[in-house]
Amino acid sequence: MTLELRNISKQVGGVCHIKPTTLLLKPGHFNVLLGETGSGKTSLIKLMAGLDPVAGGKILMDGADITALSTQKRNISLVHQFFVNYPHMTVFDNIASPLKLAGISGSELQGRVEEAADILQIRPLLARRPQELSGGQQQRTALARAIVKQSKAVFLDEPLANLDFKLREELREQLPVLFAGRGAVVVYATSEPEEALLLGGETALISDGRVSQFGPTSELYHRPHDFTSANVFSDPPINAAQITKNGTTAHLNPETSWELSGDAAALRDGIYQVAVRPNHVAPVKTQTACVPLTGTVLVTELSGSDSSAHFSIGKDVWVSLAHGVHSYEIGAVHPFYLDPTKCFYFAADGQRVA
Amino acid sequence: MTQPKMRLSILIPILYTLFLMLPIYWLVAMSFKTTGEILSGFSLFPQTWTFDNYRVIFTDPTWYWGYINSIIYVSLNTVISITVALPAAYAFSRYSFLGDKHLFFWLLTNRMAPAAVFALPFFQLYSAVELFDTHLAVALAHCLFNIPLAVWILEGFMGGVPKELDETAAVDGYSFPRFFMTIFLPSIKAGVGVAAFFCFMFSWVELLLAKTLTAVAAKPIAATMTKTASSAGYELGLLAAAGTLTIIPGAIVIYFVRNYIAKGFALGRV
Repeated sequence: MTLELRNISKQVGGVCHIKPTTLLLKPGHFNVLLGETGSGKTSLIKLMAGLDPVAGGKILMDGADITALSTQKRNISLVHQFFVNYPHMTVFDNIASPLKLAGISGSELQGRVEEAADILQIRPLLARRPQELSGGQQQRTALARAIVKQSKAVFLDEPLANLDFKLREELREQLPVLFAGRGAVVVYATSEPEEALLLGGETALISDGRVSQFGPTSELYHRPHDFTSANVFSDPPINAAQITKNGTTAHLNPETSWELSGDAAALRDGIYQVAVRPNHVAPVKTQTACVPLTGTVLVTELSGSDSSAHFSIGKDVWVSLAHGVHSYEIGAVHPFYLDPTKCFYFAADGQRVA
Repeated sequence: MTQPKMRLSILIPILYTLFLMLPIYWLVAMSFKTTGEILSGFSLFPQTWTFDNYRVIFTDPTWYWGYINSIIYVSLNTVISITVALPAAYAFSRYSFLGDKHLFFWLLTNRMAPAAVFALPFFQLYSAVELFDTHLAVALAHCLFNIPLAVWILEGFMGGVPKELDETAAVDGYSFPRFFMTIFLPSIKAGVGVAAFFCFMFSWVELLLAKTLTAVAAKPIAATMTKTASSAGYELGLLAAAGTLTIIPGAIVIYFVRNYIAKGFALGRV
């Protein structure tokens, strides 16, 4: 079972929302759509689900053209970011509704609904109505409805975004198990790079209605094609600055420079853009993070076990993200250390060169 | 300190209720008096209780048919208004099309013209198509202001249902008509209740169009009441009884939708 997009695009009132996109989505793993809010993840899912008409291109399921097929006939499932259930039906009827429409009844219906409810641990709630449930239970109901029928493709549009932290972690661990061995193409949209890494599989990085890169998730993380991809796959936003390459040395400013190695060292001399993820800028010197930067601390945050600091170098604002509790004094000059082996280098057109 | 305040907080609602109930009490009290007693002077309670007024209404066909006629065209109007307004409200709520906002506002402006403006053209028109003096004529005429109102109320309730529900139903395999009837309508049943109530109410109290478009066969109760006042001298007791009976259907309907109306107010659509 495969879901293939060939040059599909979407236009609303003459404005291009999705630029021609080509993707081959396979079953057996999660296909993550990663991008900021408003980048076009939901639009793309709606096109694949047939909820919005495509402006051009083709959608193929198992090689068959389904572009003109109505949503009802595509045999798909969809879970929204908001908990959408049929409010006047019990949880049982909610889960059973796709089966009933498919003409299944009696003991088979009963059995399959109960099986789905067992997997999602909502068996005791089957007689209740959605508004009597907590947010997490409502979303479990929606997920149960999505898995109860043997659909060819399952679209999960930020299904965990509106859940609280603990529930999100719990459900995220269960999700891959839920869909394993079902043979369906699973598409999972998220705005969090961390989620994409945790769910693995393949990822499409989406920015401004365009897929900037598509491939195995870790490959994308370690080898972004261009600056956009590197930036989409970084939270907080990636640190970027201009460097001047001279010989095998990169000069950030008169005080800061480091030795280049590998591909970067072989580049022609000139001006490049450097980008490094916040977790590769450390507040203490380590064996790898060894290039000293001095910045003026602007904002600090302590979230759980991580400390982050926004600091300015010249006119650029950088972010450092490190494990453990580090104390910073706002307004003070603080040393930070950059890991030169984790730097990406981009040419003027945004393409990664090293 | 708290004692006078406490007394005031009880006194004000009591006074409020008294003032509110006074005209209704007066009407009900009058309906149990003879016309002679009403005309003879002021009395707080009926001196001689009489059910004659009610007996007349329930035995004289010109009276009770007034009620039956009114109920027929009001129910007909409510059904037509809701049936037409549901798809219209769905379109306004879910789709954007050229001039949709202007059209929506224009619908409301239909309520701004006094019914008298339409009385003459309607009379001509309905006579020409031989609908004059039928229940359908009044029911259709009242659509003039009831459909815009129903569209306005229903659109508000439909706007409260997320579009994702429509999408989920389509993904699950519901055809549109089936989704509309089995998923969407139950989700906005409060709105349908409120809209139906207001259609019922406005059609029930409207007199001018109902009177103009009927003669004998579909004459509404309100028309019967005004006629009695002018022709058969002063039958005040009878009129009071008819008035009392006219209030009852509205009171019954409002009892059933009282909880939904609060929801309608919260949505700013009532």
